[in-house]
Amino acid sequence: MDKSLNWRETIITAVIKASGYSAILFVGLIFFFLLREGLPALSQVTLANLFSQRWYPIEAYYGILPLITGSLIVTLGAMLIAIPFGIGTAVFIAEIAPRWARDILKPFVELLGGLPSVVLGFLGILVLSPFLRVFLDLPTGLTALAGSLLLGGIAIPTIVSIAEDALDSVPRSYREGALAIGATRWQTIWRVTLPAARSGVLTAIMLGVGRAIGETMAVMMVTGNAPVLATRWNSLFMPARTMTATIAAEMGEVASGSTHYHVLFFIGLVLFLISLVVNVTASSVVFRQKKRAERVLS
Amino acid sequence: MNRILTQRLGFSLLTLVALFTVLPILVVFAYIIAKGAPAISWEFLSGFPREGMRAGGILPAIVGTFYLTLGTAIFSVPLGIAAAIYLAEYARENWLTRLIRIAIINLAGIPSVVYGLFGLGLFVFFLKFGTSLLSASLTLSIMTLPVIISASEEALRAVPQAFRTVSISLGGTRWQTIRRIVLPQALPGILTGVILGLERAAGETAPILFTGAAFFLPRLPHSPFDATMALPYHLFVISTQVPEMPFQIQYGTALVLIVFVLGMNLIATFIRSRARAKRQW
Repeated sequence: MDKSLNWRETIITAVIKASGYSAILFVGLIFFFLLREGLPALSQVTLANLFSQRWYPIEAYYGILPLITGSLIVTLGAMLIAIPFGIGTAVFIAEIAPRWARDILKPFVELLGGLPSVVLGFLGILVLSPFLRVFLDLPTGLTALAGSLLLGGIAIPTIVSIAEDALDSVPRSYREGALAIGATRWQTIWRVTLPAARSGVLTAIMLGVGRAIGETMAVMMVTGNAPVLATRWNSLFMPARTMTATIAAEMGEVASGSTHYHVLFFIGLVLFLISLVVNVTASSVVFRQKKRAERVLS
Repeated sequence: MNRILTQRLGFSLLTLVALFTVLPILVVFAYIIAKGAPAISWEFLSGFPREGMRAGGILPAIVGTFYLTLGTAIFSVPLGIAAAIYLAEYARENWLTRLIRIAIINLAGIPSVVYGLFGLGLFVFFLKFGTSLLSASLTLSIMTLPVIISASEEALRAVPQAFRTVSISLGGTRWQTIRRIVLPQALPGILTGVILGLERAAGETAPILFTGAAFFLPRLPHSPFDATMALPYHLFVISTQVPEMPFQIQYGTALVLIVFVLGMNLIATFIRSRARAKRQW
């Protein structure tokens, strides 16, 4: 073989290999830099302080519990909206809608997924929160609820898209079998198609949760930014503050290398680990499903 | 027939649910277009902000978002496509490949503000690029990478095996086969994925907050080491940080951002549907 050709082939193969490995490198780098900048927080702030109920960095109160509960309550509220509407829409698109409606609906819902979250936050400030204030007779509309409503909207496209794929990949023969023994289409959906697509639907929900916990701008703009420990249900109707919003709002103003700076990186580390757990779990569900499918087919 | 009734009720309910999901999207778009359109003028698109951003145009933000998108593309497109080629054409199914896939899934799930922290730690401080177009573009590139890799890999895998077999049997090397046969066939799919990835980067605020976004700049960035204004960050600033901001400018900015982002989405959809129509296999 031509020698120069051989050389080129070797170099290109090396470059492509290196690019392939780059994803691992980047996850490693992100983890490393979060550790490097976040771990000093543990030596500068006592654990009792870090896991206290008060976040007030100016006076060196670094309790991240209110931020964690803030993230949890906003995400929980978002899921109460996004799961029924997301799965419902996915079932409608995959099982009920006629072909033409389906070809329009799915790209349309995915279009919402492309809408920058800052635009939703902007509408949240100008339209949603004044409406909530009047409608629910609250002192302010900038509440965890406003954040939940927007986050629900942000998580829905993720859930619809993945859940619809899962429903769509259930073999035709499953449905035909159910219909042939006299089940209605409605019974087929609930007793055959949805259970068969179970793991895909679960993945959709998990990735929706991941999307909601990690969302920053929309939440920061509408939740009122009050780091109060959320303990009861009516916390949903009060201002709150999430972990992501805290980082985004305060990182611009801290001196690099200060205790506050390291604590914000520590919160980032917590977020990173949460997303790691969510995504690894979600993907292992997908892998399991694949393996089961392979078993059935072989 | 009781179960027929149940089915009717059930179907109506789900139709309603789908309607409640889709209608707000329409309303949001219609509302922003209706409120923002009156603000759009040549001066708004080509002028600099004046009077503490309460008047004038948003040119530096538009140009900034354009540069950021371009910068992101320069880094993430070659790397992402190369990584996809590795996964689709070279990698064997072993633990290393599984690890790469898990890493990609994780990259896709990391919160955008954590990317901002990472960019601040690595590019701004450690590599000393400062708060700049370069730092922000690099941060956005890594965030965009998983989208580009996944879409490109899918496009490459969709090319039938027979194409490769024929090329190899005619004496083509592996790389020649990929470059002359597989890549051209997969190009529309790859392009769609690239545009959708860049669309996300163009609309993001959190990753550029501390890596390159400027509150206000009276001029356009001159070099990759300049900070820059950007449409999403500008919308955030004028809707939360500037008191007595005229609504019209806010809605106008939101509209320009949406047109920028959704314009990319429409181009991607167009490429995809045209490629499907022209496909030879």
